[in-house]
Amino acid sequence: MPAKGMPTTLTQGSGTKGGIGESTLRPDGALKVTGEFAYSSDLWHEDMLWGQILRSTVAHAEIASIDASEALAVPGVYAVMTYDDLPTGVRNYGLEIRDTPVLAHGKVRHHGEPVAIVAADHPETARRAAARIRVDYRELPVVTDEASALAPDAALVHENRDDHHIARVPHPNIVHRQPVVRGDVASARERADVIVEGEYTFGMQDQAFLGPESGLAVPEEDGGVHLYVATQWLHSDLRQIAPVLGLPEDRVRMTLAGVGGAFGGREDLSMQIHACLLALRTGKPVKIVYNRFESFFGHVHRHPAKLHYEHGATADGRLTHVKARIVLDGGAYASSSPAVVGNAASLGVGPYAVDAVDVEAVALYTNNPPCGAMRGFGAVQACFAYEAQMDRLAARLGLDPVEFRQLNAMEQGTLMPTGQPVDSPAPVAELLRRVKARPMPPERQWESGEGADVRRLPGGLSNTTHGEGVVRGVGYAVGIKNVGFSEGFDDYSTARVRLEVAGGEPVAAVHTAMAEVGQGGVTVHAQIARTELGVARVTVHPADTRVGSAGSTSASRQTYVTGGAVRNACELVREKVLELGRRKLGPSHPAWAGAGLLLEGGKVVTDGGEVLADLVDVLGDEAVEAEEEWRHRPTEPFDPRTGQGDGHVQYSFAAHRAVVEVDTELGLVKVVELACAQDVGKALNPLSVTGQIQGGTAQGLGMAVMEEIVVDPRTAKVRNPSFTDYLVPTILDTPAIPVDVLELADDHAPYGLRGVGEAPTLSSTPAVLAAIRDATGLELSRTPVRPEHLTTGTG
Amino acid sequence: MRIDFTVNGRPREADDVWEGESLLYVLRERLGLPGSKNACEQGECGSCTVRLDGVPVCSCLVAAGQVQGREVVTVEGLADLAGQRSRGAVARPGEDTGLSPLQQAFLDAGAVQCGFCTPGLLVAADEMLERHPDPSDADIREALSGNLCRCTGYEKIMDAVRLAAARRAERG
Repeated sequence: MPAKGMPTTLTQGSGTKGGIGESTLRPDGALKVTGEFAYSSDLWHEDMLWGQILRSTVAHAEIASIDASEALAVPGVYAVMTYDDLPTGVRNYGLEIRDTPVLAHGKVRHHGEPVAIVAADHPETARRAAARIRVDYRELPVVTDEASALAPDAALVHENRDDHHIARVPHPNIVHRQPVVRGDVASARERADVIVEGEYTFGMQDQAFLGPESGLAVPEEDGGVHLYVATQWLHSDLRQIAPVLGLPEDRVRMTLAGVGGAFGGREDLSMQIHACLLALRTGKPVKIVYNRFESFFGHVHRHPAKLHYEHGATADGRLTHVKARIVLDGGAYASSSPAVVGNAASLGVGPYAVDAVDVEAVALYTNNPPCGAMRGFGAVQACFAYEAQMDRLAARLGLDPVEFRQLNAMEQGTLMPTGQPVDSPAPVAELLRRVKARPMPPERQWESGEGADVRRLPGGLSNTTHGEGVVRGVGYAVGIKNVGFSEGFDDYSTARVRLEVAGGEPVAAVHTAMAEVGQGGVTVHAQIARTELGVARVTVHPADTRVGSAGSTSASRQTYVTGGAVRNACELVREKVLELGRRKLGPSHPAWAGAGLLLEGGKVVTDGGEVLADLVDVLGDEAVEAEEEWRHRPTEPFDPRTGQGDGHVQYSFAAHRAVVEVDTELGLVKVVELACAQDVGKALNPLSVTGQIQGGTAQGLGMAVMEEIVVDPRTAKVRNPSFTDYLVPTILDTPAIPVDVLELADDHAPYGLRGVGEAPTLSSTPAVLAAIRDATGLELSRTPVRPEHLTTGTG
Repeated sequence: MRIDFTVNGRPREADDVWEGESLLYVLRERLGLPGSKNACEQGECGSCTVRLDGVPVCSCLVAAGQVQGREVVTVEGLADLAGQRSRGAVARPGEDTGLSPLQQAFLDAGAVQCGFCTPGLLVAADEMLERHPDPSDADIREALSGNLCRCTGYEKIMDAVRLAAARRAERG
């Protein structure tokens, strides 16, 4: 492959410092290390009130009555609102299906559902007042799993559904169903020398972003409202908020406040509408900040899943077929369940070439907590299961698990089970080769001159072992994730770029509505502008709704799509600048008439490097500006019966090798190293790319050994809504994460780049599980693994 | 109630403080110092770490009344603290930007993504480096084990602390 898969050749901007490909530092970094960066929970306004939400204490109940009179009588309380106080007939919201009540209407469908809201002059006053609202619940039976959801006498979580999926689902408690059927599974099955079947369970994971849901709504003189909020997609919020308030969209202004992480958990609305309602009701600015307890109820989680897989292979190690059924628990409201189903179904076989496939994915409506987007989005659950299957198959065939994967690895040109060809590099075998080729971390690293360093052992500072009963294991996994919104979604971004002279030098200003949630999009936008406009100084305007939509900061799409929009706008500006130059200075030099003029180092130069003019002279007092929407190539919906269709924009691949040490007596796991190799097409900012891969890897580690929201199966109530009981990996739990970055260009994408953020979250979990299986010899078909699974051989 | 205490070397007072308010609330909502963060408010995440008479504590777990007459250092005071330490010494990284060397190392190493954990980590790591100028990796991990970060996977935070220690060793 001489030309194919090589990084995109750059002409424009190749001589510009701080452009793409460099590890430039974050423009918001200095504010973040000094504590001055204004997160959504830091906002303050003269005379502001504090909002508080009263949430249901039961999962499924009719609301017989709500009595707010005592709350209203509390000194310092300005307003209490319930469903009956909503200003318009639009009283529901939702990303795709508007099935989520702003405030409960006669019924609650999950534990922690918002029932009433309060505004008061001190947050504690608001909390105490909310506690005085009397809600009379008449409890109903709970739907908690597939059996109770589809039972003949099952209660319907939503009566009278009229969404566009209802006609095609087998039961009203199924949100959406997507089959993917390809080839002749029955005859392929006959060719199989080995068949393995497995039943897998994936727990409910929380995004656990650190910055709590929060924001400030400020009423404006024209009767509108200005909302400062932490979100992943300003314009999606706007489309859901404005109708509930009864305001046209241009009277709901939105500005992105500092976002303390997201990982999918801010795709759905949280406090946005509540803060606006209270601000409009009281005429005062209203701030709402969830505490951690409330945050666990205030956003959707990753879908827990039950997955049934059957894989077949010939004796020489070729996959014959894959059958799978993936049941995702969507909880009480739809959120992004339909799209998660589409991902689970279309990516459910993994990065392997298989001709015969029969996959079905469904998402249920239950009374469990609503589930929706989290990093990896439907591909994560499947990867855990199909990678476990691949190891079991390899073991049955007596093959090395990495070689078996490599033998079946897809490559460029392979057809997905959806029939879509993978038309850019798919270095699955190479990624596996790279993680396997890494030197192993030394054995018994806990041994020091002065006895065992317990910090390097399972159990850590609990001092539970000095090496006795500790066994090492190694495991591998690889995954495939789509990049960008799929299934025909019009997934565009808008960028406005302006070039003008300020302080005697050309300065570019980039304005988009992209939500910077920590990923570093603002860094990359500035780099793109430097590369495309050949200037040193770039300012990145705060994100707001005064510019068109930038789409969601999710699906690993922002560098691709909003980055593409910024590049596109810069190219338009460059053309305009050159046109201006030709008008002003054209006669002065014949090269102005030629093609191939570049902007480099603040100057207009020929492709031979001859300087034609200084940008300062070309621009003079004029500002050159361009704003345009930019789209990646279109996708199409999956066929509802067969799942066939070019549904995805781009695929992204990562592989992991996990090395673990397990205290087999106590069931404690220490992950010693978690190496990753990933193809990123082109690393626009290598430092940020590595950071994304390491962060995604650590979230996968958490899913493997500790993170799970535990829901009581009898009551559907959440049992561990705190960081005391929901465990997130600490720096002691997280090992060295060496990263190997490949840059094989995707010719369809800007600069050849490939979305980075999600793929490492997929293969991390199954690699750790495989390593624990290797250490213990246990089957381990659920994640996360808990100590009792290891000591009793269950799980 | 009224509380008088020292914040980042300056005497401060807070009036009308409720008995139930935490030091974190007083810093953020009454003194205009929102750098200490409110990620869990139950002592599990370390985002609100400040130094109370030199000792790192979760300010969400300190009742405001407990700080009467005592000294608090927050992330907003780290640059000044570094300045006091290096007074008269040769130029240090970050000096021209008003940052402490550790703050500069966090930037240079890519240890900041969303940044919500950063203030607490900086205060904890700064205190650790005071005690342990040449920490092992295990020392760093132990000292920072009370600070959750959800974005970075901690690798670049390790890099940042190692970098700060190495730069300090170079300067002697």
